Amino acid sequence: MKIAKIVVLLALLSAAILFPIFSSDLALTSIAIFTLMFAAAATAWNIFAGYTGYIALGHAVFFGSGAYALGIMCQRWHIGHQLLGTGKGDLSILLLHFSADYAPFALVPLAGLIAALIAVPLGWVALRTRRHTFIVVTIAIFFVFQLLAFNLRGLTRGSAGLELPLPSWVYPFYNFPFYYAMLVILLLALAVSWWVRHSKYGLGLLAIRDDEDRALGLGVKTGPSKLGAFVTSAFFVGMLGAVWAYFLGSVFPQSAFDPLFDIAIALMGFLGGMGTLAGPIIGALLLEPTKQYFQFLPALLFPNGGKGGDAGGFYLVAYGGLFLAIMLLLPEGVVPTLSKWWSQWRASRTNTESAPDDTDASNQPAPVAMEQAGTGEEVNL
Amino acid sequence: MTIYIEAIVIGILTGSVYALMSAGLTLIFGVMEIINIAQGALVVLGAYLSYALVQHFHIDLFLGLLLTMPAMFVLGVLLEWFFIRPLKRDRTMFSLLVTYAIALIIEGALILAFSSTNIKLNAWYVNTSLPVGDFYLPYIYLFSFGLSVILLTGLYVLMYHTKFGTSLRASMQNRTAAELIGINVERVSAITFGIGVALTAAGGMAFGTTMAFNPGSSYDLISRLLVIIVLGGMGSLRGALIGSLALLVVQDVTSVAWSPIWASTVFYILLVLLLVFRPQGIFGQLEGRKQ
Repeated sequence: MKIAKIVVLLALLSAAILFPIFSSDLALTSIAIFTLMFAAAATAWNIFAGYTGYIALGHAVFFGSGAYALGIMCQRWHIGHQLLGTGKGDLSILLLHFSADYAPFALVPLAGLIAALIAVPLGWVALRTRRHTFIVVTIAIFFVFQLLAFNLRGLTRGSAGLELPLPSWVYPFYNFPFYYAMLVILLLALAVSWWVRHSKYGLGLLAIRDDEDRALGLGVKTGPSKLGAFVTSAFFVGMLGAVWAYFLGSVFPQSAFDPLFDIAIALMGFLGGMGTLAGPIIGALLLEPTKQYFQFLPALLFPNGGKGGDAGGFYLVAYGGLFLAIMLLLPEGVVPTLSKWWSQWRASRTNTESAPDDTDASNQPAPVAMEQAGTGEEVNL
Repeated sequence: MTIYIEAIVIGILTGSVYALMSAGLTLIFGVMEIINIAQGALVVLGAYLSYALVQHFHIDLFLGLLLTMPAMFVLGVLLEWFFIRPLKRDRTMFSLLVTYAIALIIEGALILAFSSTNIKLNAWYVNTSLPVGDFYLPYIYLFSFGLSVILLTGLYVLMYHTKFGTSLRASMQNRTAAELIGINVERVSAITFGIGVALTAAGGMAFGTTMAFNPGSSYDLISRLLVIIVLGGMGSLRGALIGSLALLVVQDVTSVAWSPIWASTVFYILLVLLLVFRPQGIFGQLEGRKQ
């Protein structure tokens, strides 16, 4: 059982690593980059929202802050391609190119750190409220930041947006560094999420989700715990924002601070199963390609007819409809529903088959119960 | 000095329109414990319905409300019936996502029907003004203020002087206890949702006359409405009223005293400061433990 699990995980990991090598289609790898980005963002969001039960709908604040942090750092410190004049093609220029192209990636953790620093006061204020009020406060803070990005022209250049350095990579290779950067952040976020889930700290967070006052009474330092999870998730989302900004090459207030981002990661978390390890990733794998598909579908259906705005309308109706259908049909999320079905199926099988085989029967139900406790049941609490 | 008085007066007049929209939102929250993210999109839908009536049937904006408000009421009841009622557990969180999906569908349908260009509602009273002392007040501000006062008074009477209002307030105070004493809370919820949505038809009409809008205007609207009800205290009708007036007055005064681009930022920052000292909002009650 355990070995099978490890083999499956390794296979998934190597598939993720090898994916860009086998598909040189830029559109496909771009979709993969966005999917990985959302998977990582939803995982990071889940570290806070899934474990503590506080639904934050303002994580685009950290995404945008990370994006702008990288943009501003590259601009102020003249990092990246702008550093170079005209390349002459000899080796030293090539090496210089190499380091200039990868330099922004070195700044990504710093951008994440800036986002985390921003998250400290925001979290301190927002986490004074609970439940619905918390949700609304995070939305309000989000709009403050979007307005700031528009209005602080000295720093962000307002609606003109910031340009990021353009890397010198060429066609088949261009998407690779971004793909692997997103993958690395996803794996890091996943590792942190796993650690939190299996640590005493994570138990404290889950206790907050179940009953915050009782957790406080039992000695969980609820304030610092919540803030810690909030800041951690902001750090990862900030790093993602920075990589995203470098990938797109420019940052605008409305795209860096996008309300759809807030909702998308929450939806992925819900769809996959809140507070589960794999849930947010499954949610992202299901939703992001679908979203991209619906965005491109009108262009395929009406190649030369229809205005741009109408195509957008079609996309919104289709995406919203799909989204509604999922919410009403799979209200518990994919992972909890599947694990419930799985354990029901296992239970029915052990009941009918293994009754005479008593050594196995005594062993069989235990892992099922464990699995349920690990993924499905705690969502119901 | 006059400009400040003018800013305050206009803030109060336009604030009343926001009071209409946020009253619906806070009522829905109070009874059903759900946040209707679609409220912004429904306001925009209301504005487009009025626009369609004017364009195709030449029905006056205010008279058109006699048609759009009942239509929106029915839409609200149907939305509650089909999409909110099936949510049995974790209603707060799921309703957020479901109503958001509804908002997306409304936005998309509006783009398909009306395209995404900016439009504005027009009538004779939109472009003419009444001279008051040293400044001019557009008639539409006065008319929509009157409309808001009438509708909010109606809402008040409905809530405090009818049997339905008693059931509604009982459901707001304690859903389970209301069910136990024989109130049909599901019916109350559906009607409340309908009323909340019907109010957006009126709010949307008034909104559309004072500002150019497009199907995407709902994001800005819903953020303001949410902030208003948090400021006032979620579920408090009085709070929604005070919150709306405060938002618009602060915005208008800031844009006169400082700059229009900082108008909403100042308000959001005030909200955050308020929450540091009073997390439950002005009229809200501290959340007790929910078992």
